[in-house]
Amino acid sequence: MMLIAMTVGGEAADRPFIVVQSTTSTQNSGLFDFILPKFRAKTGVDVRVVAVGTGQALKNGRNGDGDVVLVHARAAEDRFIAEGFGIERRDVMYNDFVIIGPPADPAGIRGMKNAPAGLAKIASAKMLWVSRGDNSGTHIKERALWRASGVDPTGASGTWYREVGSGMGATLNTAVGMDAYTLTDRATWVSFRNRRAFEVMVEGDSRLFNSYGAMLVNPVRHPHVNAIGGRAFIDWLAGADGRAAIAAYKVRGIQLFHLSAQ
Amino acid sequence: MRLFPAWAAWRGVREMSESILPLVAENLRYQVNGWSLIEDISLTVGEGTFTVVLGPNGAGKSLLLRLLHGLIEPSSGKVGWNGEVASGDGMLRRRQAMVFQRPVLLRRSVEANVRYALKWQGVPRPERRAAIDAALDRAGLAGLRRVPARLLSVGEQQRLVVARALAGDPDILFLDEPTASLDPASVQQIEALLVEANARGTAVVLVTHDIGQARRLGREIMFVHRGQVIESGPADLFFGQPRTAAAGAYLEGKIIV
Amino acid sequence: MGDIQAAFSLAAGLIFSGDADLFEIVGLSLSVSVTAVVIACAIGMTLGAAVAVTRFPGRPAVIVFLNALMGLPPVVVGLGVYLMLSRAGPLGVLGLLYTPTAMIIAQTILVTPVVAALTRQVVEDLHHEYDEALKSLGVKGVGLVRTLLWDARYSLITVALAGFGRAVAEVGAVIIVGGNIDHLTRMMTTAIALETSKGNLALALALGVVLVGISLAVNAAVSGLGGVAGRARNV
Repeated sequence: MMLIAMTVGGEAADRPFIVVQSTTSTQNSGLFDFILPKFRAKTGVDVRVVAVGTGQALKNGRNGDGDVVLVHARAAEDRFIAEGFGIERRDVMYNDFVIIGPPADPAGIRGMKNAPAGLAKIASAKMLWVSRGDNSGTHIKERALWRASGVDPTGASGTWYREVGSGMGATLNTAVGMDAYTLTDRATWVSFRNRRAFEVMVEGDSRLFNSYGAMLVNPVRHPHVNAIGGRAFIDWLAGADGRAAIAAYKVRGIQLFHLSAQ
Repeated sequence: MRLFPAWAAWRGVREMSESILPLVAENLRYQVNGWSLIEDISLTVGEGTFTVVLGPNGAGKSLLLRLLHGLIEPSSGKVGWNGEVASGDGMLRRRQAMVFQRPVLLRRSVEANVRYALKWQGVPRPERRAAIDAALDRAGLAGLRRVPARLLSVGEQQRLVVARALAGDPDILFLDEPTASLDPASVQQIEALLVEANARGTAVVLVTHDIGQARRLGREIMFVHRGQVIESGPADLFFGQPRTAAAGAYLEGKIIV
Repeated sequence: MGDIQAAFSLAAGLIFSGDADLFEIVGLSLSVSVTAVVIACAIGMTLGAAVAVTRFPGRPAVIVFLNALMGLPPVVVGLGVYLMLSRAGPLGVLGLLYTPTAMIIAQTILVTPVVAALTRQVVEDLHHEYDEALKSLGVKGVGLVRTLLWDARYSLITVALAGFGRAVAEVGAVIIVGGNIDHLTRMMTTAIALETSKGNLALALALGVVLVGISLAVNAAVSGLGGVAGRARNV
């Protein structure tokens, strides 16, 4: 079995590596495919990304099944640090969320700049809405927006409010498939290839701000953590080279991630 | 007469003529769910004898054979062999063989089937080749040795089974209606094999409901009816003057219940 | 549907251009699943044959249990193996999570019951056929198991292929314990899941076509090696 693992991993098996627990939205955007080779070229360290929902990424981090956690749910990250599972949090990058919907726009929210108001309109018209429903960063943001809108959609779960418990891409497939509205981060949306004429309906609300943070899994708590590699990665992300790489990532001419102030 | 001296030594035989026979069964009884299928049978099978177990269907002949061969345990009673020699179940297994009504062959070639049996009959490896050749020659199957056994005709298969059983030169061979559904040519060939083996010293206990076969082959007859041996003795006496009414009726071709 | 046509031509394009990424994930899928099947057969066939020929108290319950395990949901197995191999779990020190080895372990757990349950049935049927004749020869124990397994070899090839089908088609277990890491633990099924989630439906379908093609090729190769043909000869 070891033999198989090694022949299959090839050189990867001997190279130093870190495991980064991150989110499906970040992976689906294609950012990692773009920036990680640059990090490897610079430091020789392989970055193995496990892309799951934010909730699962943080849980895996708690278990020690990773060296770095890179997610986009500030409150959850702060809790992670406060509970001693992570240290040395850095703001890395940001973009925004958008509400997307079918071209016919039956709820009439196209062009609105007030996200909670848009949600309220969808709720009152009982238009189909797909929720991640998986404690991801996107889901947490969505719940905050619903709170701001004054509507609690969970009572309608299973009717017009559909919680799919899936990653961002799968959720988009579902929304597009059932002609529903949903909340997505812009990066995933821009790189998504199954849009079927869906468009951005609501954007620009400051409450749609989406910020990504990286944390080192606490090596005191989990001694096996590759602290050196992990720190090297986080420092690179926050440093000149990493920032240049992130800013350089464009899909169809659009920069998907903007740099946080350091 | 034993054919392979080294093998005889392997089998731990002090003198070449020592065998697990005589087989002595005492008060055998076999019951299932309160039904008595075998009722108090006692018998003896001596070295080199040819016994035919005759009787109507359902009389218990096959059951009796299986009790004697050790495939089933009797409800009460005892099956005993030649005490000093037959120690340990392995020896008993190796010196007996049985042929069933339908040929049972492994999915391998004709010669591989014989080789398999020889292995379990305790024939040492260097002697197996010669034993296979001899067995196949005697059965007239030498030309088919590489053929997958299951592709043979039924008659050829049963010949192979008999040859395989005899390949290890057993002290006693049990047969349960071996030629019941075979064509006459095969029946003849198999009967010849049995007579030949018996002449070489193997005791034969043959179950049949075919009276003609019993007449051709049997030197001792045991007539079984309703789970009991109601008559036994030398063949010519049995056929000439059956002592019991049931046996008499059976020999006349009547149905006895 | 245009998507399906696009999928077939995409699939052909990927194969014939010798796309390196494709060959890498195909290679990983095969090496993980074949390894798992080989181990599962070693364990499962022995276990199945042993249960088939042995009488022991509780045997019917064991058989029911084995048969039921054939329906083990892959995602549940994945979760179980993850909990075992996680750093927070009992075998965490081995550091096997997110490696092909973990995927082999998960798939072996999935395939072994399938192999064991089917082997048990095949060998038991054969055992009935041969029972008296083998008892007459004094065949028992390990020798009996070996004889029956060898005699059942053509049926057992199909059993192994059933196990292979189970392994190569599942995604739930390997995605949890493997993490679908690029160039390390990304296999055909997890790649299909990823491309689907990116909305690359044509590519996902193309990969699906390739996967089915591989499964066909493996089955054909094994049958050609004498499985079906031999069966016809040896009834």
